[in-house]
Formats: sequence, structure tokens, C-alpha cells
Amino acid sequence: MSPVSDPGFLLYFLTQATEREPGFWNWAFYWFSQEVVVVVVGLLLIIGFVTINAIGLIYAELKIAGHIQRRPAMMEVGWHGFLQPVMDAVKLLVKELTTPTAVNRPLFVVAPVIVFLPVLIAFIVIPFSERLIVRDLNLGLLLIFAFSALNVIGILIGGWASNNKYSLLGALRSVSQNVAYEIPILLSVMSVVIMTNTLRMTELVAAQEKVWFVLVQPVAAILYFIAATAETNRLPFDIPEAEGELVAGFHSEYSGMRFALFFLAEYSNMFIVAAVFATLFLGGWHGPILPGPIWFLLKVYVLVFLVIVARWTFPRLRFDQLMTLAWKVLIPFALANLLVTALVIKLIR
Amino acid sequence: MTEGNITSLDTEKKVASGLTEQTFWLNMGPQHPATHGVLRIVLHLDGERVVEAEPVIGYVHRGHERMGETRGYAQFLPNNSRMDYLGAMTYNHAYCAAVEKLAGIEVPPRAEYIRVITSEFNRLSSHLLFLGAYLMDLGAFTPFLYIWEEREEINDILNHVTGSRLTYCYNRFGGVHKDIDDQFTAGARAYIKRQRKRFKMYDKLVTGNVIFQNRTQGVGAITPEQAFNYGVTGPCLRACGVEYDIRKKEPYSVYSEVEFMIPTGRNGDAFDRYAVRLAEMEQSLRIIEQCLDRLPQGAYINDNVPQYLAPDPGEVFFAFESPRGETNIFIVSDGSRIPYRMHWKTPSYTNLSILAELVRGQFIADVISIMGSLDLVIPEIDK
Repeated sequence: MSPVSDPGFLLYFLTQATEREPGFWNWAFYWFSQEVVVVVVGLLLIIGFVTINAIGLIYAELKIAGHIQRRPAMMEVGWHGFLQPVMDAVKLLVKELTTPTAVNRPLFVVAPVIVFLPVLIAFIVIPFSERLIVRDLNLGLLLIFAFSALNVIGILIGGWASNNKYSLLGALRSVSQNVAYEIPILLSVMSVVIMTNTLRMTELVAAQEKVWFVLVQPVAAILYFIAATAETNRLPFDIPEAEGELVAGFHSEYSGMRFALFFLAEYSNMFIVAAVFATLFLGGWHGPILPGPIWFLLKVYVLVFLVIVARWTFPRLRFDQLMTLAWKVLIPFALANLLVTALVIKLIR
Repeated sequence: MTEGNITSLDTEKKVASGLTEQTFWLNMGPQHPATHGVLRIVLHLDGERVVEAEPVIGYVHRGHERMGETRGYAQFLPNNSRMDYLGAMTYNHAYCAAVEKLAGIEVPPRAEYIRVITSEFNRLSSHLLFLGAYLMDLGAFTPFLYIWEEREEINDILNHVTGSRLTYCYNRFGGVHKDIDDQFTAGARAYIKRQRKRFKMYDKLVTGNVIFQNRTQGVGAITPEQAFNYGVTGPCLRACGVEYDIRKKEPYSVYSEVEFMIPTGRNGDAFDRYAVRLAEMEQSLRIIEQCLDRLPQGAYINDNVPQYLAPDPGEVFFAFESPRGETNIFIVSDGSRIPYRMHWKTPSYTNLSILAELVRGQFIADVISIMGSLDLVIPEIDK
């Protein structure tokens, strides 16, 4: 176990630093050589993975959409259009970053970064396998939800700074949607947490060695999946973007790489949401024959596939209907499920 | 928002009394994905709620009526298909029928049947496009492409005889430009068979969809009284439960000889307007099928019509059922080769007039839903 994931670490660090014990500098050297290297290499790997994942998901989305819509989709660049998303990425990189004159420039520039950074941080605690995890923090699950909630601040800032009424409406919708859907997500996740008594991602997976929690907690799993789809702003819950109503919502004024960062965040969010589902309900890396990371990715991408299919099937909900679904359906069910779980656990123990 | 924010008197009072509520103006269009063309709707919004809406038209004004008064009767034919480019054939058909009524030209029965077949095909393709575009407005993109595929089939069938795929100019005074052949008939019959199955699919996929029902049921309900006051016609009127269809009430061409129903709704909301159009498509298939069965042999055009038509002085009023509703043509002839006066009353224009009343107090998302369900074609409004 690394010192960072120990809750006593900060206290230890402070006492050591103030008392100037001779062992402090030895310890500090150890910390820099171990922790910083791990985190830096981990972050680089994450950035690489996020990019490849987004490119792969864009390809998958366009191809799946093509097959659902009975058209060949992209076929020109590379085998079955395989290089098309790469070319799109290159195009977005070299595109001009236009900035309308009336925008609040600093906020306008910083918003895509605020949207994208929390996504990177959430990847730190995702357990690809027992050992393939950047930092196995004991508050791992909490970290994911804490940082994915930051995402919405970026959207709000972007929508506000654009000085465009459509963008502002999209941003406001996004905030209320995220506030509404965080609650059923956390409530449904809580019922798993009180069963396992831990927030550490690896322990949550280890607890499912015999039986996946999707069988023990089916209601929580369904509620989480619905609410999490809404969190990622995907159809039928994509009302912050709502190209039919709000043109493109909060990112109408963005171009080039700034727009791409919003996009990258959306696709990575899809992955994170599915990864949390796989970790909490589908037994993470557990599975016969194949190695752990493959099982994990398989489960995640099956879920992502479902989300993509839903996008190309359903119409969009209206704003008030979206809120009704969260406050009047998902939250009561999640609360009831939590109460029942707590009661059963109390009786068993 | 800072600049361009106009507060209403009401809001000023609210601000003066210490409330910080603020309403704002939002331009929906002329460039907006859901206005299907260059329609501008100025929305006065209180958050997501619409306080007031005002449609602004005139961005594609082309002066078709004036053009009709500056050229010969036959020279105006291609303009018809540009008025309502989705119902081009019905306009073409009706204009020819109106001029024939004015000049007293006889039309061979075969030509009348061909006209009805092609007009109904055009009505089908127009309604199909409505269905696809409406679902796209509501956020479902996939059905749009399914419908595009079916519309392609109709375009292929009509292309075979008319030579064009969208702006048809197929009807002539006294008949049609070209006779239909066995290939056309076989293609039409095969299409009808396929399409009937697909309507069942739409029933499953769209009508039964909970999200679609939530987005449309009870949204933008029109009462029959409102519809009469605003002059709403076509499927929008029939959705209120009013059984009114020019093809039945004042039959032109051979509509009196074929059997079909007038589908009506009950609540007059967006869902009923969708349902009426879906049912109407099935009736169109029925009409085409009957016309194909009874198609008489003989001439497809009256050869005695002079090249330069100069009807006797007089006037004609002709009403017909275009895919969007009742369209009226009024032509005054002074005996010359050029009409003295030509006037068109188009249904999208009157249907649009009720939009402001329907969207008052609704959400922005409902504005899209209501506007889509009215099935507006903007160049038809700005003729």
C-alpha cells in the first residue's frame, strides 16, 4: 500500500515536516521516487487511453449508428473508414479556435479544460484489473463521484461565458439535470457500499468473486444505469445539447480543439460511468479463462454499446419530464431500495 | 444577458417591486435546425416558459402570384412545384384542373386517374417526410433515415414517368405529359405491398413509444372553434375531430369514384396530428390501389388544347386538398393569354397563424413539438 492512500499520511507528513526528524528527507526522497513517478506515468497512460478510447468510441458510435440506420456509414478512409476518426482528430487539432468578440474570454477559454480535467482524475482509481490501477485509494468511489460532479461547473461556465442565450439555457438545463441525477446515482451506489462496507474499488470488485451484485441488487443496477446515462448527457437525456431545440446548447460557440475537449469529456464520461457500473455490479475483472483487464473492458464496452444503441433509438425527453423522472421515479425507488438493503443487512449481521 | 435585453412592462413592475425575475427575447430562426427553413420566431421567454411568440415570415418571398400575372397560363406551370416543393404534384394537378375549369377543357378519364395516382404518391412522400422530420425534431434521428429510404422509392416511381424527383411538372392542360406504363404500375403495386408492412413497424416503433407519447400527447391541443377561427385546415383540422376533406366534400378529379376514409383525431394535439397523417397515408395507399385497378384505357391527354391558352373573360375558384390542407386558387381572366389576377391561399400560412396562441405558456421544447406537428413548408408560406 502506498502512503498516499493512507488517511494518516497527511498527518504523518505534517508532523514529520514540523519536527524535522532526520528520517524525513529519506522519506521525502522515497516519496518522490515512488509516488510521483507512478502518478506521472499513470497520468500519461490515462491521457493516452482517454484519447484512444474516445477515437475508438467515435468510430464505434458512427458505425453502430450506420448499421441501425441501414446505411454503410463511413467507408472511405482506411479499411471500413477505420482511420476516419483519426483524421477527424487531426482536423480538430489544426482547426482555428474562433472566439466570438462578446464572450467572457478567460472563462470561455478555461471552460473546456474544467470539463475535461475531472475526467482524467476519475480515471486514476478505475481498476482495470487487480494490479492495473494507478492509485487504489480507500475513497476511490467517492473520488470518482466528487470529480464527475465538477464536470458540470465547466459546462455552466462555458454556457455562461459564451454570451449566447441558447448556450446559457443549455448550461442551466445541464446544472439542474446533474443536480437531479447525482442523487439517484449516489443512493443506488450506497446500497452496494453498505453491503460491502468499503469505498475502495478493488475491494468492491473482490467482494463479487462469488456472485455479481447485479443479481443481488438488480433495482440499484437499473437505477444507476438510467441515471448514469443522464449524467453523460446522452439521448434520450441530452437536453443540455438538444440540437433540435437549443441548436447545440452549451457548446454552440466552441470550435476546434475546445469543442473537441467537450467531446472527449463526453466520451470518457461514458467510459467512466460504464466502468463504475462494471466495477460495482458486474464483478469488474472477474471472469473465466480470459485475463482480468480483457473481462473488464469487455463488460464496459458492452454497456457503452447499450448507451449508443439507446441514443439512436429514442426521441428526447422534455426538460420537465426529465426532472419528473429523476425526482418522482428514480429517487423514491433508490431510497426504498437503500432502506430495504439496510434493513436486510441489519437483520443478517 | 446584458445587451439586447428588452424587459417588458410587466417585468419592470416586478423589478420595481423588488423581485429579480427577468424575461428575455430569443430569436428562434431564421437559421435554426427545427424551423425547417427560413422561418423566424421571436420568443419572449421567462426561463424555459414562453410568454409570447411571434412568427416572422418573408425571408424567402418570391412573388409567385405576381409572376402568374406576367406570363401565360402554361408558362406558370413550373412555378407550381416551387410553391410547396413537398406537395408539388398536388399543386400541379390542381392548377391544371383550375385552368381547365376556367377554359372549359375536357380531360380524358385515363388522365384523371393518372393524376390522382401521382398526386396521392406525392401526398404519401410529403407525409413521410413530415413523419421523419418531426421525429428528428423530437431528437430521434434514425426514423428520419428509414423514411428517406421509403421516400426514395416513391421518387423512383414518379421519376420514371415525370423525369424529376422533387419539383414535378407533370400535368398539362387536358391531361398529363406522359402515359404511365407497366413498369410504373408494377413498381407502384410492389411499393404499396411493402409500405403496408412498414406502417405496422411505425406503429410499434413510434406510436407505442412512451417518450414520443409524453412529448406529443396534450401538447398544442387545438379545439375545433380555434381551428375555424384561425382557418386551420388539413390534417391539423381533422386531428380536432372535424371530418373535413376537400377530396370528399367537394370532390375533384376522380376522388368521388374511389373509396377512402377521412381519418380524424379526438384531442387535436400533436399526437393526433401525427396519428391522422399516419392513417391518411394508409388511405392514400388505398386510393392508389383502387385507381390502378380501374385505370381505363384511352388517351392520356386532350390533343385539342391550344398551345397559347386564352380563356374567355371570367373567373375561377378552385379548392383542393394539398398534403398540408385546403389550398385555394383564384384566377381572373380578361380574355388575354395572361391571367389578369391570380391568387393562392396556402394552408401552411393559416396553420402558422395559430402557432403563437398554441405555444403561449409552453416550454421551448414544446414550441419545437408544436411547430413540427403543424408540418409547415416555409416557401409555401412565403409564396
